[in-house]
Amino acid sequence: MTDAQLDLGDLGLDAGGHLLLRRALGALRAGERLAVRGRDPALPVHLGAWCRSEGHALDVSDGAPVGQCHAVIVRGERADLRWLGAVRAGETGTVGTRPPAAWGMAARGALLEAGGPEPHFDLDDRDLVWADVAPQLYAHAAARQWDPATAVPWEEPFTLADDVESAVVQVMTYLVENEQVALLVPARFLGRIHPHFREVLQLLAVQVADEARHIEVFTRRALLRRKALGTSSAAGRVSLFTLVEESDFSLASFLLSVLGEGTFVDLLGFVATHAPDPVTRRVTSLAMQDERRHVLFGVAHLAQHAALEPRLRDRLRAAVERRYDALRDMAGLNADVFDALVVLAAGDWTPEAIRSGYLRVRQLERQMDEGRRRRLERLGFPADEAAELSALHTRNFM
Amino acid sequence: MMSDVLLLGAVAYDPKVVRIWNGFRAWFAEHDLALDYVLYSNYERQVDDLLAGRIHLAWNSPLAWVRAARAASVAGTEVSPLAMRDTDRDLTSVVVVRADGPLREPGDLTGCLVATGALDSPQATLLPLAHLADLGVDVRVQRFDVGVGLHGDHIGGERDAARALVAGTVDAALMLDATHLMLCNEGTLAPGATRILAQTPPYDHCNLTVTDRAPRGPIDRFGDLLSGMSYADPQLRELFDLEGLTAWRPGRRTGYVALEAAVDRFGFYDDTGKITMPGYSP
Repeated sequence: MTDAQLDLGDLGLDAGGHLLLRRALGALRAGERLAVRGRDPALPVHLGAWCRSEGHALDVSDGAPVGQCHAVIVRGERADLRWLGAVRAGETGTVGTRPPAAWGMAARGALLEAGGPEPHFDLDDRDLVWADVAPQLYAHAAARQWDPATAVPWEEPFTLADDVESAVVQVMTYLVENEQVALLVPARFLGRIHPHFREVLQLLAVQVADEARHIEVFTRRALLRRKALGTSSAAGRVSLFTLVEESDFSLASFLLSVLGEGTFVDLLGFVATHAPDPVTRRVTSLAMQDERRHVLFGVAHLAQHAALEPRLRDRLRAAVERRYDALRDMAGLNADVFDALVVLAAGDWTPEAIRSGYLRVRQLERQMDEGRRRRLERLGFPADEAAELSALHTRNFM
Repeated sequence: MMSDVLLLGAVAYDPKVVRIWNGFRAWFAEHDLALDYVLYSNYERQVDDLLAGRIHLAWNSPLAWVRAARAASVAGTEVSPLAMRDTDRDLTSVVVVRADGPLREPGDLTGCLVATGALDSPQATLLPLAHLADLGVDVRVQRFDVGVGLHGDHIGGERDAARALVAGTVDAALMLDATHLMLCNEGTLAPGATRILAQTPPYDHCNLTVTDRAPRGPIDRFGDLLSGMSYADPQLRELFDLEGLTAWRPGRRTGYVALEAAVDRFGFYDDTGKITMPGYSP
């Protein structure tokens, strides 16, 4: 049988020649021969070293013309042995139910050499983390990213009374601390979810990036005309801490996205509607769009999970009750925040305007409650139970 | 020594040695062979302990093998090379010069300054220097003594010699063939910037040296298990990649003739394996 042939020209193994060798040897079976010739002066030496390390046998001819190297490589089986027992990490387009730990460091669908680490991702159950809508939501999220530097009219002139500006600063201060928690909660779960559920990771990563931007724009609005932020109540922070403390993915997602961020969508819409200046209006409406997406994912994957495991609702209910019990003796919403919302909705300091602002905030609270009940019903809670659970939600909104 | 546990010596030339021998130890345990290892800071003490019966086996450099073979008769024992890596067979060393320089033939090096690795490196000092001497070329030597006692396992001396060649402070550098390729690929030597002036004949490198005092049954079992190890086994493949082999081969004595001669030429050890090299104190 004629040997396969490879002419390296003057290309040496110190300049990429091994690529041509690998390609030519890849077409052969172990034991088959490749005749190699080349003019690189170091080729005879380098071929010897390379073949030894790659597990091939080599025979360099003494009879080659001056300045040329003629050699025969007998292909070894090292490359074949490496890929014996290799399996694919599932299929690219199909999400597995319980991906093995060994797939954790690989792309879904990649051909995996046997061996390697088996990292433990405790969130490795499709029923627990997956939502069929995740790929579309991620695509939507990626397409709707906005640049804080250009998406907000930071330079647009406006004039505000001092106490209205104070109300805006207070609301922004409150929003920042809430967004920080909304960043922390998914970030803490990101490292626990099996990367096989790639789209969920991507979606949560964008969610974290969304919150990072929200923190930036709310802080920037607060400090646009002031040197200091507003107040942060201890009770507000206790309420937020109960979210960060929750280590169960389903429960945390339920409390944060379905109840908390869902409520926040209404709050952001309210602030955008009553915003006294274009910057406040813009930052709250941009954040509201993002939060809607976060809520959609939370509701979608919990609805899917609840359909498969009816007892999930018992656990969700217990989580709301537990949080209520932990917070029942707390003041709830920072009084400064409540007052600031009234001022924004009033738009003026006349008794009539304040009454109207106060009523609007009460109306907002009813609207938040209706939204929560709607989402709870979407998860399969009966209407009366949904109403009961919604009423137990933290008075701190998030 | 615990008679039911095979005790193997290895030199800790790199932290990965711990990972390698922990891995092999666990693999042997899974195959019902009790093997433990002892790490040494240099090959001389490992050979001393092998011949004193404190270890059964030693993962020896070629120079350590030469010494063990010489000293065994004095110690009233015999040593043999039980196994070696496929990559321990038929290595060569090269004499490298700058491609833009005037040196074309080995003879041109007469009187020139040649950079070597550590004084106890077979591949970067003893063998290529002996080869030049065999060719009748008399050179001046600048040694790069990195990791003395490791018999050249530490590549630092070869790399420093190559850097000296690039810097123009020496006329030539001596190194293993694979080191030349590696230094070109990592960029220490620019591709095409050096010329290989001479190449030694092939020689063998490390082997697993066993004494006749080692318990026969476990040693035979050890040898059988080694030869049955497959690169297809993912547990072993990681260790093989770290240790740089695709398969274990039977040990052979034929590949150390040139090193024996070099040891005699430079007076590294005497006939009894006693260290006689001036200035060598690992």
